[in-house]
Formats: sequence, C-alpha cells, structure tokens
Amino acid sequence: MSQAPALELVQSKTTGPLVSVTDVTKHFPTGGGFGRGQVVRAVDGVSFDISAGETLGLVGESGCGKSTLGRVIMQLQPATSGSIKFEGRELTKMRGNELRQVRQRMQIIFQDPYASLNPRMTIGDIIAEPLKNFGLGNRAAREKRVQEVMRVCGLNPNFANRYPHEFSGGQRQRIGISRALVMTPSLIVADEPISALDVSIQAQIVNLLEDLQNQFKLTYLFIAHDLSVVRHVSDRVAVMYLGKIVEIASSREVYETPLHPYTKVLLSSIPFADPEREAQRKPILLKGEIPSPINPPSGCRFHTRCPIAQQICSDVEPPLELKKDGHVAACHFPGKL
Amino acid sequence: MNAGETLGIVGESGSGKSMTALSILNLVPEPGRITGGQILFKDRDVVSMTSGELLEYRGGDASMIFQDPMTSLNPVLRVGFQIEEAMRAHSRFDKRQAKDRVIPLLERVRIPSPKERARDFPHQFSGGMRQRAMIAMGLANEPALLIADEPTTALDVTVQAQILELLKDLNRELGTAIILISHNVAVISSLCTRVMVMYAGRVVESGPTRQVFDHPEHPYTWSLLRSVPRVDERRHERLISIQGMPPDLARLPSGCTFHPRCQFKVERCMREEPPLAEVAADQEARCWVLMRNVSKETREAVKT
Repeated sequence: MSQAPALELVQSKTTGPLVSVTDVTKHFPTGGGFGRGQVVRAVDGVSFDISAGETLGLVGESGCGKSTLGRVIMQLQPATSGSIKFEGRELTKMRGNELRQVRQRMQIIFQDPYASLNPRMTIGDIIAEPLKNFGLGNRAAREKRVQEVMRVCGLNPNFANRYPHEFSGGQRQRIGISRALVMTPSLIVADEPISALDVSIQAQIVNLLEDLQNQFKLTYLFIAHDLSVVRHVSDRVAVMYLGKIVEIASSREVYETPLHPYTKVLLSSIPFADPEREAQRKPILLKGEIPSPINPPSGCRFHTRCPIAQQICSDVEPPLELKKDGHVAACHFPGKL
Repeated sequence: MNAGETLGIVGESGSGKSMTALSILNLVPEPGRITGGQILFKDRDVVSMTSGELLEYRGGDASMIFQDPMTSLNPVLRVGFQIEEAMRAHSRFDKRQAKDRVIPLLERVRIPSPKERARDFPHQFSGGMRQRAMIAMGLANEPALLIADEPTTALDVTVQAQILELLKDLNRELGTAIILISHNVAVISSLCTRVMVMYAGRVVESGPTRQVFDHPEHPYTWSLLRSVPRVDERRHERLISIQGMPPDLARLPSGCTFHPRCQFKVERCMREEPPLAEVAADQEARCWVLMRNVSKETREAVKT
C-alpha cells in the first residue's frame, strides 16, 4: 500500500474568545404581495462570547430564534446587522473565497440525520466532500482521512461504500459528525443533534460528542430545547426568549440559581425522573401564548407573561448586564421570582 | 388496571407501546390483528365486541388522544362543532345537552375565552390549545379511561407542564383513569402511579412507579433510567449508553429479546426467555439476572 501524503489542515491560532457575537440581529421580511411587508425579528440584538474549548448551551422554546442564531453564526444566513468574530476575524464582512477558507474551521451538525445526508452519495463520499470542496489532498489522502474520522466516530471504515439508507438514525448522526470533523474544525455548531433519535441512542451520541471534544479540543455551540441534555453537556448556558438572550451563566448557576423569571419558569416546568422529588415539584404555569416575533411586546419581551412584571417592565427594556460574578441577565427584578 | 388509576407505558419507538394502546380500543391497523389474549373492559371482552358495541365503547367508555393533534382534528370544521360531534356520535347526551356542554368542556381544559374560541378553526389554535381541544373531545362523553399517546412530545416544556397539570387535575377531579404512553421517564414519573416498561413488544418490568424507578430490576429499565441526563444532576456523570439498536420485530433474538444489548447477561439469557415474574411486592420483571444480583463494581464498569 502506498503511503498517502498527510493533509494540510488549517490549525487554530487565536487568543481571546473563539467566537464573539455582538449585537447581532436577523430579521426576515414576510408577506410580500399584499399590503405592507412585515418583519419577523427572529434574532434581535444578541451578544455573547464563546471561549475556545468550552461548550455553550443555547436553550429556548420553539420559535425563540436559537436555530437562526446558530445559522447566522455559521454565516449560512447573513446577519441583518451586528458583528460576528470567529478566531478574531470579522465574518459578516467576508465574501467568497475568504469566507470559504474560514468555513474550514467551523462546521455544523443538523437535527435530522435523514434529511442532511444526500441519499445518492456513499457515506465515504459524503464525509470526504468537504475535503474535496477545499481541494485538500489527493484521493488516497482523502480516503485515509475519511477512514480515520469514521473510526473515531464509532463507524466501521469498511462501510464507506454504503449508502445512507443502510444506516440507522444513530449511525447517520455519526456520519454527520464525521463530516463535520473531517476538516479539523475548532467550532462545531450542533443544532438539536439528538432530538430526532431514540432515547437509548441519544446517550451514545452525547457520549461521543463529549469524547470528541476532549480528544480534539473542540468548541461547541450546543443548541437544544431539552434543558436536561443542555445541563449535562454545557459549561455555560444561554437562555433565549423571543429573539433575545435573557440570561447567560455557568451551567450550574443557571440551573441552581436562575435570575431571570423565564429561566425559572422553564426549569420549574421540567418533571424529575425521581418520583419522590417529582411529587414535590411546583410548576409555575405561564398564562397565554408566546407573542409573535413580528410584533414583540414593548420593554421586556417576557412582561406579558411574567408572574412578577411591574409597570417598568413594559416601559423600559432591561439590558443584558452582569448581575453577579459571571452571571448575566436581562431583568429589572432578577432573582425575585 | 383499576378505575381511576394512572398507568404509564414507557419504551422506545417500536417497543409496542402504541400498539398495546390501540389494542385496548380494538383499533389495531390493518393488516395487524389481535391474534391471542383477552382485553376486558368492565368485564366485557373488547376483542369480541360487535361493531355497534365498539362504536359506543370507543370514545364513549374509553377514548384516546394522540401526539399530533392537528392530524386528529378536522381542519375545515370549527373546534366547538367537532367536540359536539363527539357527543352526538354517542347516545350519552342528547342534541341539546351536547350543544350546551361544549363551552364548559373547553373551559374545563382551560381554553381562554371558550365562547369565542369554540368558533375558531383548528389552525387558529396553538399546538398546546389543539392538544387541550383534543382532550376536551376525549372527555366529552365522560369516559372511564383516557389513553394519551405521547400527548406532550411535540410541545414545548412550558406547554407540556400545562398539559400534565391538566391531566393530573382531570384524573383527580373526574376520576378518569389514564394510560400515558411516553418515552420520557420523567413525564411518566410526573403523572403515573404505576408504570409498565416495554421492550421489543413485551412487558419487561412493571410495578408502582416509585418502586420501579428506585429499584429497577430489569437491566433495560436500569439502563434506560441512567441513559437520560437529569435536569437536577449535580455532578457530571457519564450517561449509560445502551449499545446497539432495538431488535427487528420480524427477527427477534433467541432467549431474552434484550440479551444482545444487555451488559449483565448470563448464558441462560441467550437460550431461554425469562417469564414476567414477581420480584418484590407488586413488582414484576422479565429477567434471569435481576439488578439486585449485580454487584456495584459490575454496574460501575458499564459506565465506560
């Protein structure tokens, strides 16, 4: 067997936060045709950092803008305004080849392992595609790299010639992870990576993601609606409501001493598996429905449903600010619920 | 199952939990059929009911709500009318009564401004409200049993909390027995006093929820409880991952159907299928080994 030349993959060289998101908004125009078009404020003025090597969990209910935010950070959709820095370089101004080069270092894993793999390509080709796109290595080198990545992701490299339909959901998610990993990225955005999988398979993927992080010093932005999983995987957690981040802190802080009433409500909603603890849980039930992001409430966006809202909450929007050591929240009455 | 009881059926997709529920209503989809066994509802055999009896039984004595309320509601009929229709299909209430009951029912499931909302179409409702409307429909004929198949799986956690509280209240106040089907052990723990764990079409463990969740005896139950992260976890513990996949039901493994994935199996498990046997007061498990006989060291070793 001939020795394949090593691939020259780009390595990280940053100091400071790996990702720096400042005042990012993403608005979608709606309803052209009749009358005036309106704007969906999917993400509306969001700022946070992700340090190298950490996992930042992003939670919120459906429609809060968490997936959109993930896509905007990946530059799969352009931001309407604001700045996104990755490895110290501004992404929102980049175009064409420059952006392509940066993309080698950031990858995304999708929720649906059925929809995100081309059924007409072998999994070997699917995993090798990013290498090919960036013109890295020759055929032999790429094959070697694919086999290597498949092995670390728990796939049998002999199956590289098979097609996606021959694999189960869990294995397909491993294929998606292999494809993300093949470029040696520093950042992986994982958008609901386990919510389409069966319970017993979810643990396999969570454990795999943890192992890969340790092995390759990966940084994750882990987007999910399941607060238990997010607590399990994240170093820090950001909570989103209606296009805004309402709270960011270490995982432990958010779950043990939440400051924002919405976080508190979310946490009180989750049943405990332990029947004894569950019997004592008192859920805080929200009234009403989540407002439309087309016409969000004035002031604090949560005020229409917040159990402790005062007049000021509908008048003045609370800034996302440091409330105590490393704990950021956007609320006029933090920790009061 | 007793009157007024709450039973949870937990298992993965394909474990047979929905089919069990559909069998109770004699609703197993073609070409499936009930090939053996007996289902008694208040001493009447459901399997041998005539189609006329079944019509009265389904939706009258026992009703069912599903995961996706949109597929169970007719999109071109007003919500109030559909609830009324559920009563008109049965003989418990006359036309006048059926009409009068619609708004109190919507109120009962806490739909705000029920008078106005009764005139809405399903698409004008949010996901949570649709599920409430489904529950109102399920309760319309005051059934003794309500079967809820993954009723909160498609909903956000805050809405899930509302629906679970609603189901708890209905069970307490109306005495409706509830069978809750879910893959989520915490949801089962929240509502059900008894639990039944299914794997590959069989019950592998059952008993009072507290007993089973505190002292699971079947390795599948034990692993399932440790394979999901807990929202109240303090220390980061590695999740137990159950290796492999659920078996193909057309080609079940020999012996215990869980043995290819079981990390505590003994030789006998591959040859002989264990019976569902009593392992403690009121608790049954289908296992030759039982977790009580597995040493702490062996359990820990599984976590790698």
